[in-house]
Amino acid sequence: MATTYLDHAATTPPRPEARAALTTWLDAANASSPHALGQRARVAVEEAREAIAAALGCSPHEVVFTSGGTEADNLAVKGIAWAARERSGQVPHVVTTAVEHPAVLEPARWLAARGDVRLTEVPPEPDGRIDPDRVLAAVGDDTALVSVMAANNELGAINDLAPLGPALRERGVALHTDAVQAMATLDIDVQDWGVDAMALSAHKFGGPQGVGVAVLRRGLGIEPLAHGGGQDRGVRSGTFAVGLVAACGAAVRAAAADRSSLASRLRALSDRLAAGVATLDGVRRDGPDEPDARLASHVHLSIDGLSGEALILALDDAEVAASPGSACGSGAAKASHVLEAAGIVGTPLRLSLGWTTTEEDVDRAVDVLTDVIPRLRSGQGAAVVSLADLPSADATSEDG
Amino acid sequence: MARVLVAMSGGVDSAVAAALLVDAGHEVTGVHLKLADLPMDEQVPGHGCCTLDDAQDARRCAQVLGIPFYVWDMADTFQREVQAPFAASYAAGATPNPCITCNERVKYAALLDQARSLGFDALATGHHARLVRGGGAVNDPGPGAQLHRGTDPRKDQSYVLYVATAEQLARTLLPVGELTKDRVRGIATERGLRVADKPDSYDVCFIPDGDTAGYLAERVPAAPGPIVDLDGTPLGEHDGVWRFTVGQRRGLGLERTPSSPDGRVQRRFVVDVDPATRTVRTGPREALACRWAEVELPTWTTGERPEGPVRIQVRAHGRSVPGQVVDREGHGVRLELDEPVHGLALGQAAVVYDAADAHCLGGGRVVRADRPAGLPVAVS
Repeated sequence: MATTYLDHAATTPPRPEARAALTTWLDAANASSPHALGQRARVAVEEAREAIAAALGCSPHEVVFTSGGTEADNLAVKGIAWAARERSGQVPHVVTTAVEHPAVLEPARWLAARGDVRLTEVPPEPDGRIDPDRVLAAVGDDTALVSVMAANNELGAINDLAPLGPALRERGVALHTDAVQAMATLDIDVQDWGVDAMALSAHKFGGPQGVGVAVLRRGLGIEPLAHGGGQDRGVRSGTFAVGLVAACGAAVRAAAADRSSLASRLRALSDRLAAGVATLDGVRRDGPDEPDARLASHVHLSIDGLSGEALILALDDAEVAASPGSACGSGAAKASHVLEAAGIVGTPLRLSLGWTTTEEDVDRAVDVLTDVIPRLRSGQGAAVVSLADLPSADATSEDG
Repeated sequence: MARVLVAMSGGVDSAVAAALLVDAGHEVTGVHLKLADLPMDEQVPGHGCCTLDDAQDARRCAQVLGIPFYVWDMADTFQREVQAPFAASYAAGATPNPCITCNERVKYAALLDQARSLGFDALATGHHARLVRGGGAVNDPGPGAQLHRGTDPRKDQSYVLYVATAEQLARTLLPVGELTKDRVRGIATERGLRVADKPDSYDVCFIPDGDTAGYLAERVPAAPGPIVDLDGTPLGEHDGVWRFTVGQRRGLGLERTPSSPDGRVQRRFVVDVDPATRTVRTGPREALACRWAEVELPTWTTGERPEGPVRIQVRAHGRSVPGQVVDREGHGVRLELDEPVHGLALGQAAVVYDAADAHCLGGGRVVRADRPAGLPVAVS
């Protein structure tokens, strides 16, 4: 049996359009070379850039390609903070939230630890959302950057950015958003949202791993992280990864074209999944109650009475791929800062749906969880062999 | 065929254990226990069970063998059950063996329980000890497994497994105990396992630099007390009994203090540590001679207290001596030693083997021992 894949928030399979673009442009020349082959390769890069700009509602000049979401977040957080510090000669204030992805939280904390910024982390509401008023209340005269994720990667909680953009722009504060989880199912409009910077990661919406996008509004002061040949507006040096960039563009096109129908299909499937496990004792669905405040792709559960290690093993055994939460460098599951901040207890399990998810996948996941959860709680992971069934001393002495 | 969980430390022994189990046709799953949260800059590759490199080595070996692999974060349990009691035990004047505590509370007994609850038939480790049933090597889990010394006498680890019960041994596989260390490394090379030449770890895994006193100094408050001679004569001061263990010779700061009536400088050893009065008593090597030890809560790998002549070993890499196990009727056992051992500290494990010095029968932690305790203690 094929694995039931419900970990699309970690990586969603590449769309056929992205696969085709990657293969086509794998052979590309250097897109910065002046010769004809270089120019052809550059066409692929610029077409991708335009497609992404069109899908996001920004100018192509505002699209910068990176190695992924982490680099795009780092570029925005460090780049904007350092540029502000350079401009003002003061230590700038940065406001972010306690539930950001580590790609935002860790650079922000690193900057604060070395004295480059003063940092405020706004706590979430119990459903994982961020109250925009609490963010605005944290902003002071020296605030240079506010970074609030569009949707949370674990809980799928969608943040309302609309009240932030205009208020911050008025005060000269840059707004960055990590939209990595939102892109697959949420309509994104850089203008409407009023953001100055945004991070995307291609493999979360049907592109390949290893490529992402930083949207950086024109006129935004930003220090580059990678210095070199000055490619991509001098903000991100490095040879264009033509195949990856082209595939990213193709994935954005496919994702944007398909988004509203995908969102309504996944909304129905995730509700079906949540309803299927709602009957189980000691299993709660976390995140916002209002459907509009929750990504259509995410179902986050907390489960009482069993360990995360046991759950991972049992689901692997049953060939269901889902996420037990975040992992540390060694690969061990670790306590989630998001759930801790939101006060959510129990063993977490994130089931995330994507463009290949079917009703059968969802029903099978419900069946497996219904079977596995009570068994793990009673200490019977799989079919437990009793000592009496094991070979006795007599039986094994022959081959011993 | 059995479903076997193998604890993979990232070292060569457990990697080869996994390989041998795969070869034997078992359904094998690897698990690496993350035991300590050491900051990156304190991690020493190859030292113990705590580093990212070790997790990575274990993962790569599992990949080469084609078995599923997981990392379980047991750092909290390890801190609570092993590291904290280790420091507390030193502070109380004893000399604990943290590897035994770890086998009991984390790595072996507790992990076996967890493996069982997840549906595994057995737990395998890379310990150098043999399991024997019906005179032959144990290849499958089942009742009647006896714990024997490993084939390689220099690497034998049966001592740290003495806490295993018969029931637990029935659910245990120790595939590398049949092999010499050289053969284990040879198999790892043949299988393309990159840990083939990885150095053995000798130190306490959570003290990778080997500086136990330094580790304890950061965790145990200073508590000065007197250093005295056998007869109670004050010789000096110390800043904490945890710096001393019975049998210790170095670090007393008394190298030039005469210790015999004619003014000659004799080698002086710690012969007793009294946490109540914070007194460290020193004396000549003869004063360390110990002819009996008492164990309060012994455990027996066979399920039964051994009778008749046995061999008793009080240190992981020490020699065993002949002796007997005497029942103390509800108060554990008294281990009588036919030859004295020198430098037996409270908290150490006394492990009993059969008269042939092959079969590990069990043992326990020493709570009382034959020491010059009757002598007066100077109170400063």
